[in-house]
Amino acid sequence: MSTAGPAGSIRRAVWRLRWVFLFAILAALPYMLSYSQQEIAVLLVINVLLVCSYRLLTLTGEWSLGHVVIMGVGAYASALLAKQFGIPVPLSMLLGGCMAAAIAALLSFPLFRMKGFYFLIGSFAAGEIIRLIWKRFTDPFGGPKGLKRIDPFPDIETGFLSIDFYEPVNYYFLSLVVVSVSLFILYRIERSRIGLTFHAIHWQDRLAESVGVDTFRYRTLAFVIASFFAGIAGGLYAHYVGAVNPTRFSVDQMVYVLVWAVVGGTTTFHGPILGVVVLTVINEIVLRALGLDTARPLIYGAILILSVLYLPHGLESLGPRLRTRWQLWRSGSAAGGRELA
Amino acid sequence: MDLLWQTAVNATYAASYMALIAVGLVMIFGVMGVINFAHGELYMVGAYCVVFLYAQETFPFLLAVAAGLVFVGFVGIFMERTMFRPLRDNPLGGLIASIGFLLILQTLAVFGFGRRMGHVPPSTQGKMEIFGAILTYQRLFVIVAAVLLLAALWAFLKRSKFGRALRACAQDAEAASLQGISMNQTARVAMFIGAALAGVAGALTAPLVNPTPYIGHSIIVTAFIIIIVGGVGSLEGAVIAAVIYAFVHTFVTTFFDGVIANIVGLALMLAVLVTRPTGLFGAKERA
Repeated sequence: MSTAGPAGSIRRAVWRLRWVFLFAILAALPYMLSYSQQEIAVLLVINVLLVCSYRLLTLTGEWSLGHVVIMGVGAYASALLAKQFGIPVPLSMLLGGCMAAAIAALLSFPLFRMKGFYFLIGSFAAGEIIRLIWKRFTDPFGGPKGLKRIDPFPDIETGFLSIDFYEPVNYYFLSLVVVSVSLFILYRIERSRIGLTFHAIHWQDRLAESVGVDTFRYRTLAFVIASFFAGIAGGLYAHYVGAVNPTRFSVDQMVYVLVWAVVGGTTTFHGPILGVVVLTVINEIVLRALGLDTARPLIYGAILILSVLYLPHGLESLGPRLRTRWQLWRSGSAAGGRELA
Repeated sequence: MDLLWQTAVNATYAASYMALIAVGLVMIFGVMGVINFAHGELYMVGAYCVVFLYAQETFPFLLAVAAGLVFVGFVGIFMERTMFRPLRDNPLGGLIASIGFLLILQTLAVFGFGRRMGHVPPSTQGKMEIFGAILTYQRLFVIVAAVLLLAALWAFLKRSKFGRALRACAQDAEAASLQGISMNQTARVAMFIGAALAGVAGALTAPLVNPTPYIGHSIIVTAFIIIIVGGVGSLEGAVIAAVIYAFVHTFVTTFFDGVIANIVGLALMLAVLVTRPTGLFGAKERA
């Protein structure tokens, strides 16, 4: 592709500054939204972290149905640490992530004896057991009603700066920072030698084993890292909403994560982000505006089926596909033009 | 002692409808290689057939059950044609599509009947006593129907020519189609039978459970536990595992509580997965 001429150099400058533009848009975004839309934006940012951490797990080729429960482990742990032991909230969130990672490390012993479909079902069973324990044991976990009045993120009060995190706008920026840092770490991990090993295990696990890769350890590692970030997402959620309960982390919610990942596509880093952003916008803004509240699961289901049938590689494949078509069309019309001349 | 007997009778009833559901799920998985996540919703649709035809339109109970069986069977054929056939070489895709389909069925049920429990009056008030334990005719009816249907299915699969073709497809689809067995035809029949079994289970138990649009969730969890314990792909294993699970679950529910029973059931499944991933009765080795 030729990039000569002023148009080409502008395009290159834009490309170089793409992060600046992206963050400028993200920073301006909450000021263009209504209050309730700001609240949705906070949850969207948290869900971006959830689905991106899920993708790290799928890199090794395993699809879990317990990821939302792991997020819940982070949420419950962080909430309980803050409530019962008075640990300051930012630290408790971090510890919540560690708790989620620890539970994942524990679960990996039974779970990674399985593969594929069995892992899917096994992770579902393990997650349900954790969820039912929250439901059954009222003493620390609050039973079916869950935990309420979770300590909010502490306000920042210095001489010239005061930030109240009860405001969705401020919490949006807080989550944006936490999620951006997390995504950067996830991205670096994927590009590191470890990440390449994950890919190798996905495509050729026997071959990887034969050259000395301990697939069990790498699968566990992917699971633990993914769970840590899911736990962080859970902590962000718990201290924003202020309440958690077992239903919030049920398999229905997991279905949504699965849908975002599948509709977006999991081959590229941005695929799941695309999925969660596009579907949330459709779900919360378009469908809500149309007043189709009860029909929302139906439309979600239809989108899911249609995208599996007609867009099996996800939204992420749409851009490259359209580009090739456009180039074909252009070269075709150029050739046609020459013939006419 | 009375409580023990009563619990055993209750467990027999639970085992019979669970076996119908699990055998249907295994049929679908065996022939098509797809895990049908919408199986619990097929049960729900069957139950709502009875809610509509029997409780609202006052047709005879048996007719409503038969209609439920046939209707859900055709829903299954619809699923096969629109989703599982195009996604035949993409098992994960089939699973995801079935999740989409279950959301659609749930929403349609909410549209048609509302979110609240549908109330179905019992079709008969009679009951009998076995060693001091009470068995209502409504439950006895479920047990008898399950035994008859499963026996008929067994005869169909083992004795008829088409049944043999079906089992051939389940063992090796490619080799079967080389022998001139139509994959599409077999998949359609397997899907009809599998879905109809879930539907008839829902229809039969509708007066006993008072269905909601979201009842499928607990059903699919139960069905998964049973097919894992029994060995995925084994029909006999599914029946035996249904009996084991129903007894464990019913006894733990009676002597502890329902949530503990669910935890025990899931732990049982996890234990089987870890120690014997092919299930207690699945002889077939799967990669």
